[in-house]
Amino acid sequence: MRARVVAALLGTVLALAACGTGDDPTSETTASTPESAETVTVFAAASLKAPFTQLGTLFESAHPGSTVEFAFAGSSDLVAQITQGAPADIFASADTANMDKAVEAGVVSGDPANFATNTLTIVTEPGNPKGITSFADLTRSDTSVVVCAPQVPCGNATSRIETATGGDITPVSEESSVTDVLGKVTSGQADAGLVYVTDAAAAGDKVTAVPFPESADAVNTYPIALLEESQNPQLASKFLEFVIGDEARTVFAEAGFGAP
Amino acid sequence: MTSRSESRAGLPGWIYLPAAVGGVFVILPLLSMVLAVDWSRFPELVTSDASLQALALSLRTAITSTVLCVLFGVPMAAVLARSTFRIIPVLRSLVLLPLVLPPVVGGIALLYTFGRRGLLGEYFEAFGLRIAFSTTAVVLAQTFVALPFLVMSLEGALRTAGRRYEAVAATLGARPTTVFRRVTLPLVLPGLASGAVLAFARALGEFGATITFAGSLQGVTRTLPLEIYLQRETDPDAAVALSLLLVLVAVAIVVAARGRRIAGAL
Repeated sequence: MRARVVAALLGTVLALAACGTGDDPTSETTASTPESAETVTVFAAASLKAPFTQLGTLFESAHPGSTVEFAFAGSSDLVAQITQGAPADIFASADTANMDKAVEAGVVSGDPANFATNTLTIVTEPGNPKGITSFADLTRSDTSVVVCAPQVPCGNATSRIETATGGDITPVSEESSVTDVLGKVTSGQADAGLVYVTDAAAAGDKVTAVPFPESADAVNTYPIALLEESQNPQLASKFLEFVIGDEARTVFAEAGFGAP
Repeated sequence: MTSRSESRAGLPGWIYLPAAVGGVFVILPLLSMVLAVDWSRFPELVTSDASLQALALSLRTAITSTVLCVLFGVPMAAVLARSTFRIIPVLRSLVLLPLVLPPVVGGIALLYTFGRRGLLGEYFEAFGLRIAFSTTAVVLAQTFVALPFLVMSLEGALRTAGRRYEAVAATLGARPTTVFRRVTLPLVLPGLASGAVLAFARALGEFGATITFAGSLQGVTRTLPLEIYLQRETDPDAAVALSLLLVLVAVAIVVAARGRRIAGAL
């Protein structure tokens, strides 16, 4: 009996280990980053995954011999990891608040530069069966709406729009990340959700996006900065210049990001 | 399973070293967390409205899940331990699967079963029953991950207890139900108690399946682990304080379980 309990506990440890390996971006990068002079390690907000991966490939072909390594995670997680000494050359945040935290912690070298903006959009099930056409429709009682919790950047933007419009959404769930909001809509659990324009673009025909003018009340700005502990500041600066340059602008525009 | 002669035989001396390393490995992180607590803010952080609602919801749902685990887990364990059908070993592996699955996988599986577009969810929806984003969804997620713990530990107890007394009771003319109620269950009561405690502890700590399947709303689906995860975004101090609260509840369960196990042995 006791042996079985031990086996049970072992099972839990195994299960924990299984879900632990997936969400630790630092282990990935540290394992695959040799102390080479030609590698730039970029810690970037999860919402930047698609355009940054593309920019990395473009940069590598423009600078033969260089490698760009990415760790994508929530901005606040990344700040925590950088301040705890995770090896990174560049930090790209999904909002200015988290970049401010990094600056305050003294891990940023020089001034952050803004390179993109993002706004919220309503997403509904494909075809918009509930006929949602405005922000006010989200306050209807027959509509189940999922939003981000106010503690995370997308939820903060949601609260700002609610304050600006005076409309008060009663959500069925306040998720910890924008991908969870999108997931609840694409899986049909909720009628509508508030996500970033870029998430809606990435979801393609799994959702119908309903843009609303009030979204202009809450524009999220993405800053990028070189880090104090950078092992390769020269190449890192080149990548940073590339991200805020014109070529990158087109890549961001295609993914739905606005100009800063 | 441990016989008395074995435990009296004494241990080889070297075994204490790896045992101590393992012990430190478990205890040290908990200690580090206690040291990181901002004690001046601790009372205020753990008694905030959001924290108390999360704690109350956690206790309420974990208790409900444990009751469900006992209601369904006891018959399941009895079938697995006593039935002689050929398919039993296969069934056992399937039923114990949630033990090794990452909880988030459990959440996705539940979503495709009880969600609005799910296998059964569609029918529930037709009857006006909606499980998504309700406290019921939290209980389902917790029961799903906790049930194997109870089944496994009770099945072990049933096998250890053997069938001698059951056979005697049957020859004396007791019906199967009477044997089960008057002989089998009392024999394995300590095993059932520790299985229930394990299930309760697992339900209390459940995170992955809940956040995937039930969502997160204060007082409805946001249990203590989800509240900790969310607080971490803006207020790491609050996350640490709430983590300590969860550890304290867990310690209370372990202590209570130990007391009960001794009582059972007496």
